Amino acid sequence: MDNEKLSLPQYDIPEDIQNAVAITTLDRLYNWGRRSSVWPLMFGLACCAIEMIAAQASRYDMARFGMEVMRPTPRQADMMLVSGTVTKKMAPAIVRLYNQMPEPKYVVAMGACASGGGPFKEGYNVVAGIDKFIPVDVYIPGCPPTPQALIAGLIKLQEKIDKESIRKVRWYRKGPDTMEIPLPILGPDLIDPRRNAEIKMAAAETKEGA
Amino acid sequence: MMTTPASTTTIDLVQRFPGSVSADTRPGYSGFIVEKDKLVEVATAIRDEFGFDLLTAVTGVDYLPENKMEVVYHAYKTTGGPGLCFKVQVPREDPVEVPSLIHIYPGVDLQEREAWDLLGIKFTGHPDLRRILMWEGFEGHPLRKDWKEAFYEEDAKPFKSRWPDGKFYMAEDNTPLKDNLNFPQNFDPEKWIPEDDQMLYQSLKRYTVKNEEGLETDRIVVNMGPQHPSTHGVFRAAITLDGETIVGLKPVVGYLHRNHDKIGERNTFLQNMPFTDRLDYFNSMSNNFGYAIAVEKLMNIPVAERADYIRVIMAELSRIQNHLVFIGMLLNDLGAMYTPALYAFEERELILDIFEAVSGARMMCNYLRFGGVVRDIPEDVMQKIKDMVFERLPAKTDEMDRLLSENEVLVSRLKGVKVLDAETAIKYSVTGPVLRAAGVPYDLRRADPYSVYDRFDFDVAVRQNGDMYDNYAIRLDEIRQSLRILEQAVKGIPQGPINSQKPQYQVRVPAGEAYGRIESPKGELAFYVVSNGKPNPWRYHVRPASFVNITALEEMCIGTKIADFVALLGMLDIVMGELDR
Repeated sequence: MDNEKLSLPQYDIPEDIQNAVAITTLDRLYNWGRRSSVWPLMFGLACCAIEMIAAQASRYDMARFGMEVMRPTPRQADMMLVSGTVTKKMAPAIVRLYNQMPEPKYVVAMGACASGGGPFKEGYNVVAGIDKFIPVDVYIPGCPPTPQALIAGLIKLQEKIDKESIRKVRWYRKGPDTMEIPLPILGPDLIDPRRNAEIKMAAAETKEGA
Repeated sequence: MMTTPASTTTIDLVQRFPGSVSADTRPGYSGFIVEKDKLVEVATAIRDEFGFDLLTAVTGVDYLPENKMEVVYHAYKTTGGPGLCFKVQVPREDPVEVPSLIHIYPGVDLQEREAWDLLGIKFTGHPDLRRILMWEGFEGHPLRKDWKEAFYEEDAKPFKSRWPDGKFYMAEDNTPLKDNLNFPQNFDPEKWIPEDDQMLYQSLKRYTVKNEEGLETDRIVVNMGPQHPSTHGVFRAAITLDGETIVGLKPVVGYLHRNHDKIGERNTFLQNMPFTDRLDYFNSMSNNFGYAIAVEKLMNIPVAERADYIRVIMAELSRIQNHLVFIGMLLNDLGAMYTPALYAFEERELILDIFEAVSGARMMCNYLRFGGVVRDIPEDVMQKIKDMVFERLPAKTDEMDRLLSENEVLVSRLKGVKVLDAETAIKYSVTGPVLRAAGVPYDLRRADPYSVYDRFDFDVAVRQNGDMYDNYAIRLDEIRQSLRILEQAVKGIPQGPINSQKPQYQVRVPAGEAYGRIESPKGELAFYVVSNGKPNPWRYHVRPASFVNITALEEMCIGTKIADFVALLGMLDIVMGELDR
């Protein structure tokens, strides 16, 4: 964002210092800083991860949006790009990674699988979308989405960040600053502890051998 | 042009083992059926007397209507030529038991575990028979025909219309939990005690050591993955360390198990084509190729000549970009962060442009059809391919060579670090560049030629030392050989139809079995397809190169430093989509 966009329109700045001074709100400045350096978690699940790498490479160059600093550890990352099929076996690891990320954190579901199961939805080991477990900010369709589509999705995320207000964001309010999501458990099938009562009820009604 | 059949009758196992081996006479089938009790003896003879030293595939088939399970083995010779298929049939009652061949062919290790996991076939004598793709504690064996997933609708696609009254419903609506979940009767999640990899750590326990005073010491166990920047996806290795030296290693896979086999058995034959794209997602063209060959063998149809050339062109272009990215990623793993990878990705983008121009998709091409390909190569794209093959790629390969091959850091890091020697590689059924870098000139394009590869003049790239440097250099050699093939293919491509069949959604496939295999950039990629004459395959099994190659990972890594593990894993060039399926 250049100086023009950062400055509020209703304030007149003398011409001789126009390129040096900006009058703006804290929200604008804060969001401008955050949206321009979103550090993604270096985390690839499947096919989409390859397009993610391609988006990082020279032709598409995600660095133009301040997103080239891939962090292999969740503790330094701002954004999790769920790039590929989420399997039941992998789900606990993904939730754990999400829990370890500090606020503010964002999740982008890249591709059909991460958004809703995709072509593998019917599979017995496939979670039909990562939003069953963690909140998703942006969904990017495609199988896999092209690097252009990925960049379009990330720009959408930047737009979302632009609209946030420092007074309203979760992580500056009272109470715990992060939402800890209970880890799914690998049982006879994937157990979401938040749904224990429901699972118990459904299992009681299951017929023998079904 | 037909490929060589997977099995041959020139070897007479029946005469050698009268009474315990019989020829498989079911229509469409070939090979031999071995009595269960004699399996180990027969397999020993197959390896030692008949010389089939490379057991490439082990898989099971659930013949539910006949109430039996079958284990199918495919053995080949590393000197080339057709293979030998032998089977064991066991009644389908618990427990289904078959003797393990792990002491004859150690390469069956992970494949037997997979058959146990998915089909519930118990391999007696296997020292570490744990689940591999699913987790311990998972209910049931999913590939059994009477096991139904939560989103089960019908046995076979295409499903009946989902809009019977003009109303839309989703797969979720028919399940009690409105989700892809299935729990046994009266299951109580609060009382469930998860297994938490206890068995995995048990299997590493044997690395507990005792010193001379009788003091027991446990080694440090380090888990690398499934989230790790250098494991090429969601691969996990549990490593036992003595100081910095690796003394034990177990690969833990299945974090990307997307149920290709089960979904493939519901799909029609043609519907599986786009799914094969997503196996080894770097090389969708090669995957299509392998599957098309398997089904064409079953259907017994020829391939249009022009289409065969197009297939070769696409497969070789795919190999080139795969190897370039391999080199880039290897250097990434070694610490040369991203610069060589950027060089590789530049060329990859140009090759993907060609794929996009012919098929419509960059990565998931879905380009081949049974009998040919789906679209012809437009004239301007052909020109683009020629420019790439004759001008750009040879120059860029040399550039990569100049940039890296004599780099002092790279040479001192790679030279002399052993990967595999020839004998061990064959023992563990390792195929592809890793086997050839160990000095075994085994390349399916030469050893068991398919498609039109027998028309081209090229050398099988071989290196002798089997160290990391050779494994790196052989990729450059292979790129150069691929360019040679491409030059001849681009010059010699004939005019004509691109498919020997009419375009059709539903192919008629007679009953029988087929094992179609190709030399994918990562090694032998094979599809074992069984048809019972219906529109859907009865069994659809993928024999991926990555999965079988990591059988040797423990052997490769023991005794080396932990810092080399990432590079050694990189040498195998695994890709998780193919490894876990």
